[in-house]
Amino acid sequence: MTRTAPGFIKSNPQLTRSGELKHLLTIEGLPRAIVMQILDTALQFVSEGEGETQGEIKKLPLLQGKSVFNLFFENSTRTRSTFEIAAKRLSADVLNVNLHASSSSKGESLLDTLRNLSAMQADLLVVRHAQSGAPYLIAQHCAPHVHVINAGDGRHAHPTQALLDMFTIRHYKPDFRGLTVAIVGDILHSRVARSDIHALTTLGVPEIRAIGPRTLLPEGLEQLGVTVFHEIEAGLRGVDVIIMLRLQHERMSGALLPSAQEYFKSYGLTPERLALAAPDAIVMHPGPINRGVEIESSVADGVQSVILKQVTFGIAVRMAVMAMVAGARPG
Amino acid sequence: MPAGSLVAGSGSASTSHAERQADVFIADGLIVGMATAPADFQADRVLDAGGLHVAPGLVDLSARLREPGNEYKATLASELSAALAGGVTSLVCPPDTDPVLDEPGLVEMLKFRARQVQQAHVYPLGALTLGLKGTTLSAMRQLTEAGCIGFGQAEVPIVDTHVLWQALQYASTYGYTVWLRAQDPYLSRDGVAASGALASRLGLPGIPAAAEIIALQTILELVRITGARVHLQHLSTAGGIALVRAAKHEGLPVSCDVTINHLHLIDADIAYFDAQYRLEPPLRTQRDRDAIHAGLLDGTINAICSDHTPLDDEQKLRPFGEATPGASGLELLLSLTVKWAQEARVPLAQALAYVTRAPAAVLGLPIGRLEVGAPADLCVFDSQAYWTVEPGVLRSQGRNTPFKGYELPARVRATVLDGRVVFEQT
Repeated sequence: MTRTAPGFIKSNPQLTRSGELKHLLTIEGLPRAIVMQILDTALQFVSEGEGETQGEIKKLPLLQGKSVFNLFFENSTRTRSTFEIAAKRLSADVLNVNLHASSSSKGESLLDTLRNLSAMQADLLVVRHAQSGAPYLIAQHCAPHVHVINAGDGRHAHPTQALLDMFTIRHYKPDFRGLTVAIVGDILHSRVARSDIHALTTLGVPEIRAIGPRTLLPEGLEQLGVTVFHEIEAGLRGVDVIIMLRLQHERMSGALLPSAQEYFKSYGLTPERLALAAPDAIVMHPGPINRGVEIESSVADGVQSVILKQVTFGIAVRMAVMAMVAGARPG
Repeated sequence: MPAGSLVAGSGSASTSHAERQADVFIADGLIVGMATAPADFQADRVLDAGGLHVAPGLVDLSARLREPGNEYKATLASELSAALAGGVTSLVCPPDTDPVLDEPGLVEMLKFRARQVQQAHVYPLGALTLGLKGTTLSAMRQLTEAGCIGFGQAEVPIVDTHVLWQALQYASTYGYTVWLRAQDPYLSRDGVAASGALASRLGLPGIPAAAEIIALQTILELVRITGARVHLQHLSTAGGIALVRAAKHEGLPVSCDVTINHLHLIDADIAYFDAQYRLEPPLRTQRDRDAIHAGLLDGTINAICSDHTPLDDEQKLRPFGEATPGASGLELLLSLTVKWAQEARVPLAQALAYVTRAPAAVLGLPIGRLEVGAPADLCVFDSQAYWTVEPGVLRSQGRNTPFKGYELPARVRATVLDGRVVFEQT
């Protein structure tokens, strides 16, 4: 509608009226200052020691007495585990609710599930759902004191993954404003790609490239501030950061792609292709990786790969997000 | 003079093309005089329409009544009373009830139930194929005898083009109108929003405009070779409207409508996954909405309908992609048409034609007009009275509306059905 009724402005539901982070639902529209604050907070959780202890995560009492519920309507052992570890490092009580197997298959509605869980007094809900936007519905209908963190919704957003990606990039490349970043693969179905694009844009990365066949690129991608490439050789030339995306098994052969082999031949990251990027380029992947489909083993395990670092940093970033939405600041 | 005579007096009457001050004289359920009373006319009752508009009762080409089968969502009585509150005196209901309207007995029962509650005239569409399954033709002749005004598939497209061809051949044999919503079932599979930058940003699976355009091309070619009369429902794309414009120039026997939702809303209104904006067809871009406005003004689009789809709250309190598509609309049809007229600077009489005379012409019925001899179905409304859409003020059991919070013009003051005042509010 060109003219909406007065008082009908649809404000960003993840910020309070005073602009503080109440929920983390998406990176889109998040002020740069909040993104930087999350990254800086996460940095405080990573030990600065040398050698063995370098990069270890501290344990802090910031969420003591608080309950964190992991509501996973879609299976994900890895993401759930890192949230669980992050919550425990902050001394919270953690409950893992595997909704994939229980309520939804019994026909209970999302909001009924939420009502039941609310009765169990959660302070923080970490939500993963196959439907884009599901965490918004939960944030709208949970009790006022409850905070919601989106741990991945449909194809829409995976904000903590994007934040840990930004944390990792900053660790190796401190100045976002001089970077060229390439995202390779199935952007159409990827919530990671969408959140990464928003985060990179927010942090002032001047050139973001998306590389893939047209079947895996969403319509209107350019409008998000992305340059599209269909040939990986052209797309990788001179880039500082390469983010490889996971290709789901069910999408490897069908109407989207002919075969995993052809995909690897066209878009797989090999040492030869990596050599086209800047000499100090880093290689990232949200995991789990398909060796020989998206990436060759020698690259995944090579010196430029920071894939395992991402996992470690992911814990610190998730700690930072939980502490910030709950209003607890490290001293 | 027979009993039941009525004068809707001193109002601004919406006749064929213009507004003029005129009394409307009614007797025996018919309009018996305009401006001047027939000889020896004596009114039993005078309805004071001073300062108000007197329009023909609205004709809505698409309103779901949820009977039979879905009475928990809404009942015939609740929805027909919502119709009258919205000034709608005639409506077409699609065949996607439960069971679907593919047997004469079901249609007769629906007509009987509708007559029983004596609220608004109900014109059912029969299922074009048994169970809407797209394989076996329904008994169209018997269904017509039972009261069907035409045949359609509601939201279930016929996948097999050969069956669609034969259905149009069969229907055209007897001059029946086939009502179709053009949407390719493959291109729309899994889609929940219009393809484009917005759906990409929100990560919602998209339905491309090509889904409507390709299905339209198929339908129009089949119309060309069969000569069947087809009414195209709920057009949503600029490309689709352009095709219908060309088809009409060519002289093909097609007509079409758009919904009040697509007349006003676009995909960006979905904002943060608001499931009230989950509609079929999906809301499209500003450019498509502009094409709808242009299509109405140049006569490509015949009518505006409500596509009334009452749902219970639970069906919308779901993630966007799992929410049931549809919006309640019978009580918004008049106001949203008047709002459009004001915004597009279209004369009120011309805008009202899209919800009265024009849809009546699609149906081939002598309704939807103010003239001597026409049925006395009237909608008396105040175009200057604004009201705020709140779910609580709707009489429909479906409180699902994307227009919640909007302040809209035009409030119905009285609805007259067959010469009886069946709804009044101050």
